[in-house]
Amino acid sequence: MSSNKKYWKSVEELKNDSSVVETLQQKEFAEEIPVEDFLGDKSSLESSKTSRRDFLKYVGFSTAAASLAACEGPVTKSIPYVVQPERIVPGIANFYASTIADGFDFASVLVKTREGRPIKIENNDLSKFKGGVNARVHASVLSLYDTKRVKRPMIEGRNVSWEEFDSEVGAALENANGEIVLLTQTFASPSTSKLIQEFSSKYGNVRHVVYDTVSEDAALNAFQSKYGRRALPNYDFSKAKTVVGVGADFLADWQGGGYDSAYAKTRIPENGQMSRHIQFESNMTLTGANADKRVPLKPSQLKAVMAALRGYVMGGSSTSELPSNIDDAVVKAANQLRKAGSGAVVACGIPDDESQTWALEINEALGSQVMDTSNARVIRQGNSAEVAQLVEDMNNGSVGALLIAGLNPVHTLPNAAEFVEGLKQVETVVDFTTRADETSKLSKYVAATPHYLESWGDIQFSERSFSLMQPTIRPLFDTRQFQDTLLKWSDNNKSYYEYIKETWSAGLGDRNWSEVLHDGVFEASSPVAESGSASASNSVSLNMDEIEGEGYELTLYTNTALGDGQQANNPWLQEMPDPLTRASWDNYLTVSKADAEELGLVNEHVADGALNGSYVNISVGDSILQNVPVYIMPGQAKGSVGLALGYGRKEGIQEEMQTGVNAYPLYKNFSSVQKVKIEKAAGMHEFACVQLHNTLMGRGDIIKETTLEIFNTKDAHVWNSTPEVSLNHIETPVTSPEVDIWESFDRTTGPHFNLSIDLNACTGCGACVIACHSENNVPVVGKEEVRKSRDMHWMRIDRYFSSEDTFTSDLEKKENIGGLGSSLSEFGELEQPADNPQVVFQPVMCQHCNHAPCETVCPVAATSHGRQGQNQMIYNRCVGTRYCANNCPYKVRRFNWFEYAKNDEFDYHMNNDLGRMVLNPDVTVRARGVMEKCSMCIQKTQKTILDAKREGRTIKDGEFQTACSAACDKGAMVFGDVNNEDSKILEKKNDDRMYHLLEYLGTKPNVMYQTKVRNTTEA
Amino acid sequence: MKKVIYRHSTSRKLLFSVAFLFSFTLIGFAQEGASQDTTAAAGADTEAAAGQDSGSTGLGDPAAGKELFNSLCAACHKPYSESIGPALHGVTDRRDMEWLQSWIKNSAAMIASGDQEAVQVYEEYNQTAMPAFPQLSNEDIDNILAYVEQPKPEPKAAASGAAGGDASQSGGGGISVNVILGILVFVLVVLLIVLFLVNKTLRNFADASGIVIPEKPKRKPIWKSFVENQFLLLVSSIIVLLAVGYFAYGWMMQVGVDQGYQPIQPIHYSHRIHAGDNQIECKYCHSSARTSKHSGIPSLNVCMNCHKAISEVAPETATEEYSKEFYDKEIAKLYDAVGWDPATRTYSGEEKPVKWVRIHNLPDLAYFNHSQHVSVAGIQCQECHGPIEEMEIVYQNAPLTMGWCINCHRETNIRIEGNEYYEKIHEELSKKYGVEELTVAQMGGIECGKCHY
Repeated sequence: MSSNKKYWKSVEELKNDSSVVETLQQKEFAEEIPVEDFLGDKSSLESSKTSRRDFLKYVGFSTAAASLAACEGPVTKSIPYVVQPERIVPGIANFYASTIADGFDFASVLVKTREGRPIKIENNDLSKFKGGVNARVHASVLSLYDTKRVKRPMIEGRNVSWEEFDSEVGAALENANGEIVLLTQTFASPSTSKLIQEFSSKYGNVRHVVYDTVSEDAALNAFQSKYGRRALPNYDFSKAKTVVGVGADFLADWQGGGYDSAYAKTRIPENGQMSRHIQFESNMTLTGANADKRVPLKPSQLKAVMAALRGYVMGGSSTSELPSNIDDAVVKAANQLRKAGSGAVVACGIPDDESQTWALEINEALGSQVMDTSNARVIRQGNSAEVAQLVEDMNNGSVGALLIAGLNPVHTLPNAAEFVEGLKQVETVVDFTTRADETSKLSKYVAATPHYLESWGDIQFSERSFSLMQPTIRPLFDTRQFQDTLLKWSDNNKSYYEYIKETWSAGLGDRNWSEVLHDGVFEASSPVAESGSASASNSVSLNMDEIEGEGYELTLYTNTALGDGQQANNPWLQEMPDPLTRASWDNYLTVSKADAEELGLVNEHVADGALNGSYVNISVGDSILQNVPVYIMPGQAKGSVGLALGYGRKEGIQEEMQTGVNAYPLYKNFSSVQKVKIEKAAGMHEFACVQLHNTLMGRGDIIKETTLEIFNTKDAHVWNSTPEVSLNHIETPVTSPEVDIWESFDRTTGPHFNLSIDLNACTGCGACVIACHSENNVPVVGKEEVRKSRDMHWMRIDRYFSSEDTFTSDLEKKENIGGLGSSLSEFGELEQPADNPQVVFQPVMCQHCNHAPCETVCPVAATSHGRQGQNQMIYNRCVGTRYCANNCPYKVRRFNWFEYAKNDEFDYHMNNDLGRMVLNPDVTVRARGVMEKCSMCIQKTQKTILDAKREGRTIKDGEFQTACSAACDKGAMVFGDVNNEDSKILEKKNDDRMYHLLEYLGTKPNVMYQTKVRNTTEA
Repeated sequence: MKKVIYRHSTSRKLLFSVAFLFSFTLIGFAQEGASQDTTAAAGADTEAAAGQDSGSTGLGDPAAGKELFNSLCAACHKPYSESIGPALHGVTDRRDMEWLQSWIKNSAAMIASGDQEAVQVYEEYNQTAMPAFPQLSNEDIDNILAYVEQPKPEPKAAASGAAGGDASQSGGGGISVNVILGILVFVLVVLLIVLFLVNKTLRNFADASGIVIPEKPKRKPIWKSFVENQFLLLVSSIIVLLAVGYFAYGWMMQVGVDQGYQPIQPIHYSHRIHAGDNQIECKYCHSSARTSKHSGIPSLNVCMNCHKAISEVAPETATEEYSKEFYDKEIAKLYDAVGWDPATRTYSGEEKPVKWVRIHNLPDLAYFNHSQHVSVAGIQCQECHGPIEEMEIVYQNAPLTMGWCINCHRETNIRIEGNEYYEKIHEELSKKYGVEELTVAQMGGIECGKCHY
């Protein structure tokens, strides 16, 4: 097709006889470049004072001078303690049990300190309450060293002393013209409750409003109306045989979170049994990704599913308006629930009182042992109706003083503008905060509060489970706990520490305070009577009429990395890839493929392989969010979209970390489901996505997968066959020594470390990734570098989608490809994930191959093998050829393209004195130009061995741990010594499900995987 | 700040080779000197003992008293100055013997009984009760009092005299070397002059007797023939290049090796006095060496365990180089840093951290754990740190290079006895290697990743 169109590059070309155009047709530049002038002219060259030789002399001389000067070693100072604390021995870590309770994450933790600095968070195994020690909790230690913290009390932006602060605020409170209102996070602390009651009785007109940034109002209302207490049921998923989730992301932050470890225990097939999990949901969540069967539905349909489920289980009405295929799925789910009886449970995450009540009713009707209402959770106490009322009262002018603690309502309230207006009507506003955020900026008084690692506290997780919070470092700044301040203002001279001890003076039973403080956790009943503020919140309901019809249904969620966004200034969390989208440093609108096509939205890869996505504007009523990037998400229900809360903060946060858009303005009436209008906006967004190939392409040797039925009935070699190679025309297993060309180490003596990863138990939560960061000083490289695939993560969690409905049919499709034409088209098809794909997570770190391909190609022997099975990387020997990374079939080696520590270009925690306090002194901070990778935590294994040698004993199973295996409370990662005959790891190694990644290469890795088994048995 | 006593240098090497040449001649002298030294030292000892005898007051045996005083009383009393308790010199003049005896045996009873003098002393010294010593006989008490009643010795006079004598004795060897060298040079010069004169005289004779000395044919200068001989030139330039390369390599290999590094510390802490003279166990102060990767610079509260009572050094501690005043000033520096007022015997709370200069600097890329070597292997500190107990100022004894580490790991056997951890491993490995003793290297102690991570 020829065209007469003429293209022109500048106005000049429109003139017919332009000399410039003519010249340009012949030459690159319109005028001659005066090259001769400065190169060819001999005389000018000679007249120059510095000849080439001179120049080289200068260079040579200055280099030699510089290197000579560098030969003299620097003088290093060593400054010991003047009076060394009894418990601190330099070089030895101390562990303290403490508790995180920031209003969103509640968990009992173990804090590792070195020379008095907390450097790592670990699980407290004594805790019966499994409040998840998730990625955010692991990363919280870095938030302690946040440079953007509020460092001292301030009045109108002016630094003041606490004495001045107390006297000014004290006077203001005494003369408060109207009510005094305490707007706080959920403290879940008996002592704080008691203290607030005392504070109230001193001032008389005090109201306490509890506000959860991400509300659980519907579930709280349902529980309250049924059981009379404002709490949440407790679930023990380890007893579950059948789990039906309806819009409930219970492996993440649903109703306070922390349910994933118990759930994972039922997912490992034992005696031919494992639990069955059916999930109905709109967004693709971690929970849906782990389900045996997942049904994507719009939020409005989910309520209908709950109604139908209730009908089928309880034998009432069974007429649902659902499409027949969905109805069928509900019927099957109901049958399985009934069959499982007391082992069945329904988890509901719909922000709707009625649906939540139905869930409680179904669980009661089933006689579910999983749900426990007698030991209910109290870690969500917010009451959105009271919050709404407060905003109204503030605008009426009836509030004389407002004390805000642990919150940032100016950022997180959906009606923030009204709140800001209201603030102007309140005479005295005191913000108790650790961060200089939006709210503290608008508050007259800012009371600097310490991080939880610098504070005392008693936390009540559920009605019988308690945990203590203790400081692990002296306050870094001039901060004072909210409770200590409140004590002072209540004319109480005690410290909060003494106050807690007094609260529990009689409540600990036969245990004493020191013992409980040592363990961190205890069982008791609260010594403090519930305060009166148990009034029911306004009922929350999903208004079907409003939701159905035109537009899209938005589900707001909290993602794994940032949660409700408190730790947005934490670079570890910002750089942590989302388990499902694998994108970091962003939030985005997740859209189904069909909807994206309808709206003309695209995700595309640019030349360097990075991902770009369209922008959209989202509007709910009159709130509009501009320029929200779009991520096309396989498994997103058609007609629904998803967006993560917690991003888009601008105040008190470093510029690099001001990522994403703030979704809170869309969180109308504290309902996570909203009706939205979406329109495409101009421009393309640049994502920092670490996994660009989303499907497995039928590569059954990477992920081995089978169904429970096959697993129970067939031989292991059917579903987990060892690859074979031809030796003298006889097929020989690749593991047999005859086909091996390598000389092997004798590894029978001493420990030989192996790591087993169970694909069934791994939920993809990412706690191990952050634990690895903090243990191994892994640098943060920033969004631009991640986009260039230069992330430094020592371990990644690969996420694969199936292209067909299941991975098995992917494999079949691949096997049946015949001929060139078919392969061209069908491999292309296999690259597209299905609308409702199966998902699998696979943590991959250095596989520590016994026959490592990386070791043979290193020209300087910087990577070599140890007898203990670890592939050792010697940074000081490495010259950075990167041959090893090229030769690694698992792509787990990371190259330091830059100096990431003490470099202003990478202005993260390693660039300031405060942030560097989190570094583990036992692990080298790598320099520019060297390769690094997972060491299998050799510093930890060496320490375990040394401790045993010093004490003159053998090592018991379970003593050897890596950072990731210790962080995995699901039991998906097991680490140990295979030369120990009674070790769990040896059991895993001999398990039928065991396989090695890319086994046909014959690399003989020391990391193994356990075949994924899905329970596809329909009732 | 930095003093290096071991640096390899050309001048040192030259000196060494010269010294080597003459060493044979010197052996005889050195032996003689050594024997003189020992006799001199013995003489000094007997002299000192005699001095003490002559100071006896007739109360009892001061030598026995000294022993008792040091073991029982020295924690709180000093003979000539106040400490926790009063200065004891002259106490026999102040109080009568019987009073003293009953006070020492049981002071509390005396205070309780309302003895006026006793109550007064008790009040004066902040109501600090003196422990009872019922085990002491009257004779013992007499001995102690005899010791404290000795007149205050004139400082230094005897000590420095003895030390000076020693120095001149031992220094004899060094002077004789110079003398011999001087004589040799002198002889050489004389020989040369004699030769020259003989030559001149012979020529004069020849001239006078008219003998014509035949002129030598002019030969090609040696350097020219050398330049023309291509083979020789090539070989010698190769040798020169190799030599330059050898020395350049040697020089470069010592870059960053700080063996002998001996910085001046903010407080002159003498290991010679503490670990040498007083035989304090290393790990009493460096206690974390037993359990931790760091040996740990002791915090000042550890120093105060002893220095609360010891505010000055004994006169005999002083050496020629460092006087008693010098050492006392260093102890005062400690008091200043830790905030201790020796006059009131209280802590002021004002602490000033001491900025020691670090001597042993391993790079961050190498992991070294003291407890592994000290507790598990049972290695003496001196194996790496050298004769610490003789060092007035500590210097880096070992090169701390990787080769040095590895050599030791290759040569040292593992201490297996009584360590359950090694039992099974040892059994299997010794079967494998067919030996009873296993070196660290055989256990994997030279794998890179064991120290670099």
